[in-house]
Amino acid sequence: MDYENADKILEVKHLKQYFNVGKADEVRAVDDISFDIYRGETFGLVGESGSGKTTTGRAIIHLYEPTSGEILFNGKNVDNFKSKADQREFRQDMQMIFQDPYASLNPRMKVKDIVAEGIDINHLAKDDADRTKRVEDLLETVGLNKDHSSRYPHEFSGGQRQRIGIARALAVDPKFVIADEPISALDVSIQAQVVNLMKKLQREQGLTYLFIAHDLSMVKYISDRIGVMHYGRMLEIADSDEIYAHPLHDYTKSLLSAVPVPDPEFERTREEIHYDGSGENDGKERHLVEIAPRHWVRADDDEIDMYTQRAHEASLIRK
Amino acid sequence: MENEKNILEVRNLQVNFKTYAGDVKAIRNVSFDLRKGETLAIVGESGSGKSVTTRTIMGLNARNADITSGSILYKDQDLLKKSDKDMESIRGQDIAEIFQDPMTSLDPTMKIGKQIAEPLMVHKGMKKEKALAQALEMMKLVGITDAENRINDYPHQFSGGMRQRIVIAIALINYPEILIADEPTTALDVTIQAQILNLMKELQDKISTSIIFITHDLGVVAGMADRVAVMYAGKIVEYGTVDEIFYNPKHPYTWGLLSSMPTLDSSGDELPSIPGTPPDLLDPPKGDAFAARNAYALKVDTEQEPPFFKVSDTHYAATWLLHPEAPKVTPPAQIVARQKKYAEMQKDLVAQQRPAVPVEEEEEQQ
Ligand SMILES: Nc1ncnc2c1ncn2[C@@H]1O[C@H](COP(=O)(O)OP(=O)(O)OP(=O)(O)O)[C@@H](O)[C@H]1O
Ligand SMILES: Nc1ncnc2c1ncn2[C@@H]1O[C@H](COP(=O)(O)OP(=O)(O)OP(=O)(O)O)[C@@H](O)[C@H]1O
Ligand SMILES: [Mg+2]
Ligand SMILES: [Mg+2]
Repeated sequence: MDYENADKILEVKHLKQYFNVGKADEVRAVDDISFDIYRGETFGLVGESGSGKTTTGRAIIHLYEPTSGEILFNGKNVDNFKSKADQREFRQDMQMIFQDPYASLNPRMKVKDIVAEGIDINHLAKDDADRTKRVEDLLETVGLNKDHSSRYPHEFSGGQRQRIGIARALAVDPKFVIADEPISALDVSIQAQVVNLMKKLQREQGLTYLFIAHDLSMVKYISDRIGVMHYGRMLEIADSDEIYAHPLHDYTKSLLSAVPVPDPEFERTREEIHYDGSGENDGKERHLVEIAPRHWVRADDDEIDMYTQRAHEASLIRK
Repeated sequence: MENEKNILEVRNLQVNFKTYAGDVKAIRNVSFDLRKGETLAIVGESGSGKSVTTRTIMGLNARNADITSGSILYKDQDLLKKSDKDMESIRGQDIAEIFQDPMTSLDPTMKIGKQIAEPLMVHKGMKKEKALAQALEMMKLVGITDAENRINDYPHQFSGGMRQRIVIAIALINYPEILIADEPTTALDVTIQAQILNLMKELQDKISTSIIFITHDLGVVAGMADRVAVMYAGKIVEYGTVDEIFYNPKHPYTWGLLSSMPTLDSSGDELPSIPGTPPDLLDPPKGDAFAARNAYALKVDTEQEPPFFKVSDTHYAATWLLHPEAPKVTPPAQIVARQKKYAEMQKDLVAQQRPAVPVEEEEEQQ
């Protein structure tokens, strides 16, 4: 990824997404996060269960009205897409692939109708022949063949179903794809097939991905940059190699130390680092600070020195 | 029992499922042992037969299952010959299971203290007060904080990780000899997963249970298992100690499985993946079932099923590549790197390594 000349396809500014606002069970699922995604990159979002990853994704694709803050897509505020044409363009440009390949496909629809859903809604096909051709091309793109188009989802394996979901998302020629745990339900050998397919499509079609997952080794593999979420907040953002080699925030260190590694010798000597999050709620003002080039950490004024020191020790900053 | 260290001996197990399209040959002649106090991991692709194997041990197969041959020896008795009633008692006391999704194995309408105590009352005829007191101890043991005050809470009042702890408490309340864990942490995030895995190891030490651990996460296997069995299309294709399987695998399917998993330091554009899809078990292919997807397949693989070849006293693999007359092949780069690491770890043992020899039928199991 060449970040010198990259432009921002998405800007998230001070996004808050609360549920049950003002009630006893108010949930601050996303609590003032800001980050950008560049055109053509894969931005990985990690964090433990309940940290707000899915909510962030759903807010970006505008399934929710944000509690506050704004989301700019191609420089335009998503909230202000009032005209039908703007809305339709947005709905085509941004697509979502879901976690569960079983639940996200309608079992009573044939594969060709599932894949063509977006084509039909957006009237993209000139006629029936064009529709059929588009569907067959899409199936081929994702490694299925046209004989598959008249079958039903239950006749496919998990990996194949996830390919159908990807074909459906690609049908409207999107620019930005949110993949929420797209491979978690699949087994290892099939995960690799789907990840390779996503990478290939990115190269060929210049797609931008927001890739949400809890499998940290797979996220590292596919992402250019990674953001770490915890209790609705973004704690650290950096290039994926750097964040794995030199995490600066204690929570990131703790999260990485919990990843099981397929190497028995490593596992026998692994030390888990525990994270005590109580310090985060001391009422101090914190925001993301660029501690080293393109490496952001959530910090208050006192912590900036500490993180800068850590970055020096890891040689992330040259004197 | 052939070997007194074995707590369970599965021999020549075959399970078919009757369906409208014909018989699904789900388990095709599977044999393995479980030793006292060990953790045996079963790995393999979706549909390879991991769950059917363990459900057969538990006597919990679907109604269309047909066990066409085999035996499962536990304490010198064949579990396949037991009545439903005996099996129910064995499940409550001797062999327990934890499943992937904690919510489906808990009763949402019953207080958790009572759920944990129930096996004691049902199988041991224990009085309610005493059983609840033991349940409380078990809640503390599995790390449920503030257990005294939470014993009367319902499952929905707990997080996913805590629910899985409750499931473990129920499974362990009778100190079972064997614990079967089928993807017990797949639904949990890494932080909680690490806690649950540590808990399982700790409890295994305390109550010396033997564990059969099913998972598709090879990282988890590396950390949990003493021995590993690799399944493909209803058969075990390779088994050995955790080090032998991770550092010196011999079967091309194991190679593919290990290579397709990224590690934190893998990079590059293409992740090696196993091409194609698993065979149709309605009509399993002749020869080696993996041949169609195997870049290293030999001609004989499409004709004749490979026997187990012995790699070491603890390590066996069913691939013709181990035949003395087979051409020498170089495994994928990732595997070669693993073998190097193994060689370093075993420097002095390497000199003694013998060439692989085919196994006679009767000594197929060590
Ligand atoms: N519609 C909703 N109403 C109320 N609370 C919600 C709603 N959706 C999400 N939440 C809560 O918001 C928090 C963040 O949830 P979210 O689904 O974004 O987490 P996540 O990071 O995607 O977790 P996972 O890894 O488990 O998918 C959680 O506490 C969740 O219970
Ligand atoms: N009741 C049933 N009727 C017909 N076929 C069945 C039945 N139960 C299981 N099978 C088949 O038996 C084979 C083995 O299934 P099993 O559930 O053991 O796979 P698994 O290795 O546990 O896979 P996963 O990793 O997806 O859980 C599969 O082909 C499956 O479709
Ligand atoms: Mg989520
Ligand atoms: Mg299973």
